[in-house]
Amino acid sequence: MTIADQVTGSTIAGAKPVDAKPRAAAPAISLPAIGERELRLDLFRGLALWLIFIDHLPTSLLTWFTIRNYGFSDATEIFIFISGYTAAFVYGRAMLESGVVIATARVLRRVWQIYVAHVFLFTIFLAEISYVATSFENPLYTEEMGIMDFLKQPDVTIVQALLLRFRPVNMDVLPLYIVLMLALPVILWSMKWKPDVTLGLSVVLYVVTWQYDLYFSAYPNGFWAFNPLAWQLLFVFGAWCALGGARRMSRILASPVTMWIAIAYIAAAFYVTLTWYLPQLSHLMPKRLEQWMYPIDKTDLDVLRFTHFLALAALTVRFLPRDWPGLKSPWLRPLILCGQHSLEIFCLGVFLAFAGHFILAEVSGGAVMHAVISLSGILIMWGVAWVISWYKRVADKSGAKTKNAVGNADMAGGG
Amino acid sequence: MKAKVLLSLILLCGGLAAPSARAEDAAQPAPAAPAACELPSYLLSSEAQLPKVADAIKAGKPLEILVIGSRSTTIPASEDASYPARMQAILKDKLPPSEAVHVSVEIQSKKTAEEAAASFVKLMEAKRPTLVIWQTGTVDAIRAIDPDDFRGAVTEGVSALQNAGADVVLMNLQYSPRTETMISVPPYLDNMRVVAQEHDIPLFDRFAIMRQWNDQGQFDLFSPSRGPELAKQVHDCLGRALAQFVIDAAHLGPAQQQN
Repeated sequence: MTIADQVTGSTIAGAKPVDAKPRAAAPAISLPAIGERELRLDLFRGLALWLIFIDHLPTSLLTWFTIRNYGFSDATEIFIFISGYTAAFVYGRAMLESGVVIATARVLRRVWQIYVAHVFLFTIFLAEISYVATSFENPLYTEEMGIMDFLKQPDVTIVQALLLRFRPVNMDVLPLYIVLMLALPVILWSMKWKPDVTLGLSVVLYVVTWQYDLYFSAYPNGFWAFNPLAWQLLFVFGAWCALGGARRMSRILASPVTMWIAIAYIAAAFYVTLTWYLPQLSHLMPKRLEQWMYPIDKTDLDVLRFTHFLALAALTVRFLPRDWPGLKSPWLRPLILCGQHSLEIFCLGVFLAFAGHFILAEVSGGAVMHAVISLSGILIMWGVAWVISWYKRVADKSGAKTKNAVGNADMAGGG
Repeated sequence: MKAKVLLSLILLCGGLAAPSARAEDAAQPAPAAPAACELPSYLLSSEAQLPKVADAIKAGKPLEILVIGSRSTTIPASEDASYPARMQAILKDKLPPSEAVHVSVEIQSKKTAEEAAASFVKLMEAKRPTLVIWQTGTVDAIRAIDPDDFRGAVTEGVSALQNAGADVVLMNLQYSPRTETMISVPPYLDNMRVVAQEHDIPLFDRFAIMRQWNDQGQFDLFSPSRGPELAKQVHDCLGRALAQFVIDAAHLGPAQQQN
C-alpha cells in the first residue's frame, strides 16, 4: 500500500466515525475538503517513476525525453515533493483525528516497509555485482573493477548497508525517503502548531546545511548522494502545500507575473542545459555566469534546481487544472496507476534497471535492444501497478466486513 | 502539456540532426588512422591553449610530456600499446623530424586526486616537463570521495603543476558501461570540467569520447572479452585523439606540422 492510496475520500471517511468529535482547539492547519482523489499528484508521481527508471538505464534515445535534459531539476524533485505532499495529507489527517501517538506509529510502520524494500533491492544488487565481478575481465577496465573490493569484506559491507551507510549507485532515493519519513511526525506536529514557522525552520536548516557544509557520512567514505538535510526543504514544502499552503498561494500562482517569471526562468535554464549538449553554443555563455553557477549541486539540492522545480510546478498548476478531463482519459491511466503505487513501482523500477543493464551487457547492447528494454520495463511497471490495484480492490471488498466488525479503523490510512 | 511535448520533439529532432551535421566538419584524421577512431571535431577542440608547448615547438626545443595517471593509463602486460606510448608515436609522426618528443608515465595506482597531488612538487622537480597530462577521477569515484573535496584536490594539483612551469591538460574517467550501476561518475566529470574552466586549461573528455565510440558502434565496450585486443585498439585511438588534441590546443600551424 502506498501513501497515495489513502488520499481517497472513502477510506478517510471510513475512519471518521471512530473519532468524530472535533478537537477543542482549532488546529492551525486546514486540510483540503475530502473530495475526489487528486489525480494530478498520481499522474506526476507516475511520470517521475518512469523517468527515474529511464534515467537509471544507460543513455539512449529515450533518455532525451527525461526532463533533466531540459532544465536543472529532474524526476527526483517531483518524487520527493509529491511524497511530502501525500504523506502530510494522509498522516496529517491521522494526527488530527487520532492523535500524535497513533499517527507516529503509523508513520513508523511505513518507514519499516520502505526499509525492508531497500534491503531487498540491496540483495539484488549484491547478486548482480558478484556475478559481474566473477565474469567480467576486460583488461581495459581493471581499474574500474576496484569497485568490487568491498566484496572482500562482506561482514563490514553488509552491516554498513543495513545501517544505510553503504549505498550503491541508484539506491540513494529510498534512504533519503526513510530519513524524511522518520522526521515526518516532528514536521507534522510542528505544522499543526504553525505551518509557516515550520517551513521557515526548514529553510533555516537548508541554509545552515549550505553554510556549514553539513552532511550524512557514508561508508567506506564520502557522504550521502542526496543530503537529507538539504532535500528536506522540498519534502517540507510539499507538506506545507498539502496542509493549506497551496490554497493560500493560489493568488500568487494565478498571477500573470508569476507565470512570466516561471516561463523566463525555465527558458533560461533550458538554454543553459542546451549548452551542455551543443558545445558550439557554450561560447555564448558569459564566463562570469558560468563560474557563479557551476557546479549545480544535486547532493545538496542546489537553489537553482529548487527554483527550477518551483517554476515547473507553478506552470503545471496553472495550465493543468485539477478537473482537467484528460486526467480520466485511458491514455494517462498507466501513469496514474503507477503513481498510485509508488513504493512498489519505484522498487520495481530500480530492479528493472539492474535487469536491463544485465541484459544489455550479456545479450547485446544495440539501440533496438535498448528501446525494447526501456519499453518493456515501462509496460511491466504498468502491468504490476494494475495487478496491485486489482488485488487491493478485491482484498478491500472481502476485508470490508471484518474490518467494520472489529472497528479497527486506525489502520485504514495505514499505508 | 502540448507545448512541452512539442519542445521535446523539437529538441529530439535537433539532437538527431546535430551529429550528422557535425560529422561533416569532423577533424581531419591522420592518414593512417583507422576508421574506428573517428570523432566529431567538438570532442577534440578546446578553447583553452597550451602556450608553453607551442613555444617549445616553435623554438625547436624538445617536447617533454609527462602523463600522470592510474591503472587505466596502461594495459596490463602491454605497456607499448597504451595511450601514452601511442600518443608519443603519433606526435613524432606529426611533428617535424627535428622535434624531439618524449613521453614519460607516472602511474599513481589506487591514489585519489588528493593523494596524487601531494607528490606533484617533487615529481615536477625531477622531470621538468613542458606539458603534464593529468588523468584522474576514477579512484575518487570508486571511493565516493566528496565531490567538493575532489574539486579542491584537483584545483590544488593543477595549481602545483602550473606553478612548476608546465602546461596542463586534464583527462577525465573512462566510459565504463559495465560498472555504470556501481560507480557514480557524473559528479567527478562535472567537477573536472569546472576546474578546467576556472584555470582555463584544456580538458580531454575521455569519457565522452569513449561513449561516442560505444554509441556509434565502433567499439563494444560492454564486451567481457578477456584478451587485450579491444584494450589495445581503444588505447591506440585514445593516443591518436590525444595527440591531435594537444596539437590543436597548442595552435600549431601547418608549418610546425608534418602532415
